[in-house]
Amino acid sequence: MKVFATYNIKGGVGKTAAAVNLGYLAARDGYRVLLWDLDPQGAASYLLRIKPRVKGGGRALIHGTKPIHAAIKGTDFDGLDLLPADFTYRNLDLLLDSAKQPARRLAALLAPLAGEYDAVFLDCPPSISLLSESVLHAAALLLVPLIPTTLSVRTLEQLTEFVGTFNGHRPDVLAFFSMIDRRKRLHTQIAAELPGQRPEFAATVIPALSVIEQMSVQRAPVSAFAPRSLAARQYGQLWGEARQRAGLTG
Amino acid sequence: MASDMREFVLDDAARPGRAVPDALAGSAAWANGGPARVRRRIWLDTFDWRLYRAGLTLEQAGSRDRAELVLTGRDGAILAAELLAAGRPPRWPSLVSQLPAGPVRELLEPVAGVRALCPVVRATSQVTELRALNDDAKTVARLAVDRMSVTFPARALLPARLTLTPVRGYSGITDRIGAAMTSAPGIAIAPGTALDAALAASGRRAGQPAGKGTSVQLSPSMPAAAGLRTVLTALLDELEANVPGTIRDIDTEFLHDLRIAVRRTRSVIKLCGRALPAGLATEFRPEFRWLGDLTTPARDLDVYLLAFGRMTAGLVAASPADLSPFHDYLAHSRTLQYRRLAAGLRSARFARLTAGWRAALEGVRPPGKRPTVAQLAAARIGAANRRVLRAGQQITAASPPESLHQLRKGCKELRYLVEMFGSIYDPAERWQAVRELKALQDCLGAFQDAEVQGSEIRGFAGQLLATRGVPATTLLAMGEIAVGLAVAQREARREFDGRFADFASHASQARLAGLTRVAAA
Ligand SMILES: Nc1ncnc2c1ncn2[C@@H]1O[C@H](COP(=O)(O)OP(=O)(O)OP(=O)(O)O)[C@@H](O)[C@H]1O
Ligand SMILES: [Mg+2]
Repeated sequence: MKVFATYNIKGGVGKTAAAVNLGYLAARDGYRVLLWDLDPQGAASYLLRIKPRVKGGGRALIHGTKPIHAAIKGTDFDGLDLLPADFTYRNLDLLLDSAKQPARRLAALLAPLAGEYDAVFLDCPPSISLLSESVLHAAALLLVPLIPTTLSVRTLEQLTEFVGTFNGHRPDVLAFFSMIDRRKRLHTQIAAELPGQRPEFAATVIPALSVIEQMSVQRAPVSAFAPRSLAARQYGQLWGEARQRAGLTG
Repeated sequence: MASDMREFVLDDAARPGRAVPDALAGSAAWANGGPARVRRRIWLDTFDWRLYRAGLTLEQAGSRDRAELVLTGRDGAILAAELLAAGRPPRWPSLVSQLPAGPVRELLEPVAGVRALCPVVRATSQVTELRALNDDAKTVARLAVDRMSVTFPARALLPARLTLTPVRGYSGITDRIGAAMTSAPGIAIAPGTALDAALAASGRRAGQPAGKGTSVQLSPSMPAAAGLRTVLTALLDELEANVPGTIRDIDTEFLHDLRIAVRRTRSVIKLCGRALPAGLATEFRPEFRWLGDLTTPARDLDVYLLAFGRMTAGLVAASPADLSPFHDYLAHSRTLQYRRLAAGLRSARFARLTAGWRAALEGVRPPGKRPTVAQLAAARIGAANRRVLRAGQQITAASPPESLHQLRKGCKELRYLVEMFGSIYDPAERWQAVRELKALQDCLGAFQDAEVQGSEIRGFAGQLLATRGVPATTLLAMGEIAVGLAVAQREARREFDGRFADFASHASQARLAGLTRVAAA
């Protein structure tokens, strides 16, 4: 079981869009996939038409009083399941803080699912917190969407430095440019130059496309409702890179 | 997973064209789940329904180029599944040992044994999928609508079968949908499995015919001739049922069961023939004898080949590979003998025998109320028992093997009489009454099998030497097997005295006499 996490301190950069689309594509490849919507806002749950509600809330999950698999819901897509968001997730930091070894807690919660799933996607809220630290410890590969600005590169550097301080397990990082606006010269310039300079960068970029915005109307992954779109193709390529980087095999 | 599934039947023969059948409309909001799929399905079982009896269902299902074997248990839970190599589905009937190695074969082997798997139903299903949606237009359950047409054993169209499966995490709402469906007119909870429905539609029932061991029901007071007619007709049915499988050489049990029916028929004619109309026994006895003899060489080779693995495993000095020329020779001889046998079973003489025998049985009219079945049973069982006692008491250490063979025949006759009239006795008492007889029969059987196989192997060795350039190592290995058989024979011979004494004991004889006396009174 490989754990992927879409992560960025910043909000609104395309984390959820990536988690839902890549999770869908992984399932379509025949992997058994679980997507955990860790964001109390429940954007991923909404996109998959599932109510953002978990019986017993975040407390029951984090403290293990309710087994995680009892909260899992099947999506409309074969092989893709969702662990929904819940409003109580806004207190996940506090809940983790009261647990043993909070930074390892998420990894420990996921471990029993190894027989049931080949891939887990964690969709994180934007923040730097105990939760994100726990996510970084659980993940094998961080998928980091970046808006192409000079500042965003600084964000990536900070992240890799932070991960570098971990002893033991360190997640691999796959950064990709997201929401590239072709009309902005700086965007295209940075997106063209940077990937060659840093090993964390994916060759694939995700342009700003209205069909991706459409996801919230269609409530489905782009590849499901617009399989021939440019967006579907780009996510397909990105998934290919992520899958290879994570060493996910047949 | 299987316990989540609910199955219904939908009677919508009037308007089957609808994407969403009218009867479903009230139970949920339904969406189409994609284009219809065509599934070719074959259900398999042994001739005597061993899988069904063990609570198993085996189905081969799929498209023309992608099929799988699925084995399910009593509650519909999948026990094992096996994807079949593309373009090379098994040719049915097939022995379990010829299936691709894997969990399906492993689970089937102990159940089916030497019996081949034969198609019991062939059908084609048109499956469309509907999705039940909630307020968010989210799929909460899937409904497979299966319209099946059976092509074998008879053509039949089945009412649509609906299988409702919840999406994970939505069993509550699926329960409500299922309940709503149940109360809709035209929809009913499926009374059995798809296999049951397919069989019923073609006028069959799982477990029928039941094969050997079908005991006919007699009553103690019915006239003896009527009872015999019932028994002999059932035996003839059994005999005929096993003819096609023997001719096609589907598995070795067909011939085995056919021979049992022949032997039992001969026993009844011989032991009770006088209760039948005059002339019947004399006319048919030689014909059944011919039939028995026709089947013997093929069965002997079957027995040899079935025991071959065990025999080679017991080798001490020789290696199993030494015996492969012997095995080839046996297999070749078996092919020839089966060909001869098949010709005999297709012959006019055989057809005349079975047709004539059936007509003769139908013409049997009891001359009067007496003797009754119970009286005939008491007299015949008593006489057969006395014959066994007399023959057994005459056997000494110096008696030739032939005298034990004769005794074994007598035991078989006695045992069969008790079984044939078994339905008029208390089952527990009957079992008690033949306990010592069974043990004696086992001992005599072991003795004779070893004796016959020992003398046969000497014959085979001679033939191999005369007709084929057989290596010396093969003959040496065969010699070792002959030694093993001789040892087994001597062991059985040593056991014999004790077994016979048990059988002849006062207690054992009293149980047997008590059994028949009570019913005849
Ligand atoms: N490549 C894209 N092109 C156009 N719109 C996009 C693209 N990616 C995401 N969006 C839109 O931008 C908004 C934010 O995207 P998304 O929710 O994926 O970001 P996020 O990083 O998960 O946000 P948050 O930090 O709030 O969780 C959404 O409305 C989404 O439809
Ligand atoms: Mg998000």
